[in-house]
Amino acid sequence: MKIEVLYPELCNLYGDLANAKYLARSGGAELIDTPLAAQPRFLTEDIAMVYMGGTTERGQVIVRDAFAPYLDGLKKRTEAGGLTLITGNAMEIFGEYIEDEDGSREAMLNLFPFHADRHFMNRYNSLYLGKLADEDQDMDIVGFKSQFGHSYGVNNEPLFQTVRGAGINPAEKAEGIRRNNLLATYVIGPLVLLNPPFAKYLLRLMGVAEPALAFEQAAMDVYAHRLEQFSEPDRGFIY
Amino acid sequence: MGKLKFYMALWAAKLSKPALKITKHNGTNFPGELAIKICPDFLRYVAKPEHVIAVTGTNGKTTVSNLLCDILEMSGKKVLDNRYGSNIISGVSTSLAGGVSVFNRSKYHVAVLEIDERSSKRIYPFMKPDILALTNLFRDSIMRNAHPQYIADFLTDSIPPETKLVVNADDLIAASVAPDNPRVYFGIERMATDVTECVNLINDIRICPKCNGDLQYEYLRYHHIGKAYCPRCGFRAPDYDYAGRDVDLEHMTMTIGDKDDSATYRLLSDGVFNIYNMVTAAAVLRQLGMTHAEIAGYMDRAHVVETRYNVEHVGNVDLVMQMAKEKNALACSRAFDYVSQQPGHKELFLMMNCLGDEKHWSENVCWLYDCDFEFLAREGVDHLVATGPRALDYRLRLLLAGVPDERIDCEPDEFKATELLRFEPGSQVYMFYGTDSLTLAYKVREKVKKLAEEAAK
Repeated sequence: MKIEVLYPELCNLYGDLANAKYLARSGGAELIDTPLAAQPRFLTEDIAMVYMGGTTERGQVIVRDAFAPYLDGLKKRTEAGGLTLITGNAMEIFGEYIEDEDGSREAMLNLFPFHADRHFMNRYNSLYLGKLADEDQDMDIVGFKSQFGHSYGVNNEPLFQTVRGAGINPAEKAEGIRRNNLLATYVIGPLVLLNPPFAKYLLRLMGVAEPALAFEQAAMDVYAHRLEQFSEPDRGFIY
Repeated sequence: MGKLKFYMALWAAKLSKPALKITKHNGTNFPGELAIKICPDFLRYVAKPEHVIAVTGTNGKTTVSNLLCDILEMSGKKVLDNRYGSNIISGVSTSLAGGVSVFNRSKYHVAVLEIDERSSKRIYPFMKPDILALTNLFRDSIMRNAHPQYIADFLTDSIPPETKLVVNADDLIAASVAPDNPRVYFGIERMATDVTECVNLINDIRICPKCNGDLQYEYLRYHHIGKAYCPRCGFRAPDYDYAGRDVDLEHMTMTIGDKDDSATYRLLSDGVFNIYNMVTAAAVLRQLGMTHAEIAGYMDRAHVVETRYNVEHVGNVDLVMQMAKEKNALACSRAFDYVSQQPGHKELFLMMNCLGDEKHWSENVCWLYDCDFEFLAREGVDHLVATGPRALDYRLRLLLAGVPDERIDCEPDEFKATELLRFEPGSQVYMFYGTDSLTLAYKVREKVKKLAEEAAK
């Protein structure tokens, strides 16, 4: 079993890479780093999960250009049910465009039906509490957001339903996007480590029948503590 | 009207200082805050000394500013600084208000001001430094600083075009700031401890800024600090105008030189960060016309404040207070690397929690996964006690880093957690704390000392 990390030299902010590392360790998977100059391995090999983490604003443009030739390959992978996880502002790379406060606009890969508005002097920082948007699951999700942009557009395919915090924008409850097993979310950092039930869910999507996590009890202790804390009604949520 | 407002602001700021003293209020920034409230353009009008030197960057700005102040004062200059205030606009305004007469005449020859990077947009439009020393740009608070390229762009947009930069050539992100400004570069030539491959989780410039090819390093110190080049397009890091070389940690000396002059300097500290701080200060002082011999002589009498690291022998152990800023992966990585390489057996007490965040919301722990906890899996780090509100998070992070579970103890209550320390005779006990947990850390230390003494009986 292989997990492919796309462009780790750029898509590596906020501890995001720990997600792939933890899943590889838990599932006994081989971790493959694919740099900008290389063709993604999922096009030609059996890859259980493709992962892309958050990046800088310049990084978004570089990644767009590097990945554009392989977008059709990702669409095919998604249609076939292949698992892909995209976190942080990497999600914006797959939207229609990104617009800055000065009106300048950068076209993106146009896979998702929304665009991002960015405000560099108004960074949005919050805790996140939501539910996995899968009717067969009752799964709480905890995490963090720290971003310049929010996304706007029709989002009928959320990954999470927000309980507290912002969806793809502060007015939306729908957070992230799920198209078959292509999963994308604005939640940053070690999302998978902080949510062991979600980690197991991903491992099942990767084909592991009875997944067990590395340091499972330690991860569950962290999850239970954070879930309790984030559920406190008086807990501040937006920094 | 503008001038009238300004004088009202200036006098109010000056009057507020004795008023604060009399009423026993601790408000180091209050005079500046008041001045800006009365006159938002206060910084524009307040008189500045003949020379203004600004120091900015993620790490080292306090040390470099203090070195510059001390050396310039030793050389007979009257130096205005903000070392007792803050490095944001209110602190700078407080300093400048205190540096002029009631009729707005500057009483100083030179100002050395430490400036927070994020405050540059509010300060530089009104106070244009002659020289700006840029120490480095690293990943800092995720929430406030996003990433170093964002801060680099922020500085580029804020720094006045006439300001001369003294900038670290070994940091390609810092070196990219304000590319059209006049500038000189400093750096440190190859050191015995250098490598060529990054071992840290954070390396914020891995691709060539010209062609996006893979960057390589002739030598690399830590993270992205080193001499970079691109084998694909031929891009190279800037050459040094001022170079530290022949760093000799055994004899605690190095040479700092440029095309016209050089001298041997006594090292003020064996930490590479502080060696960079010395080279930065020397480069700025050379720009002001001092010779290396003069600078080296003054620097020999200067010292680096080691408030972030102090050792005390208690019972049968050495108790070390080690500052490691919370929510700052780089500061903690550097501290972990340094401590884990110290000889002997070590026991670590991790309490660098952001207590303010815990009170109001919850600390964003993403930084833990940018931080090199892997260094703590090294042999010699025998026991770790994770404590505070994020104790469980530390435990999980340590496990992912490869630290065996049996070496980790976990107790959220900081005082109770001290009882888990083992105080093996001859070992070193390191207490890691941050700025937010500083006061608590010193209270907890008292209990640790008591327990260490009891363990020795």
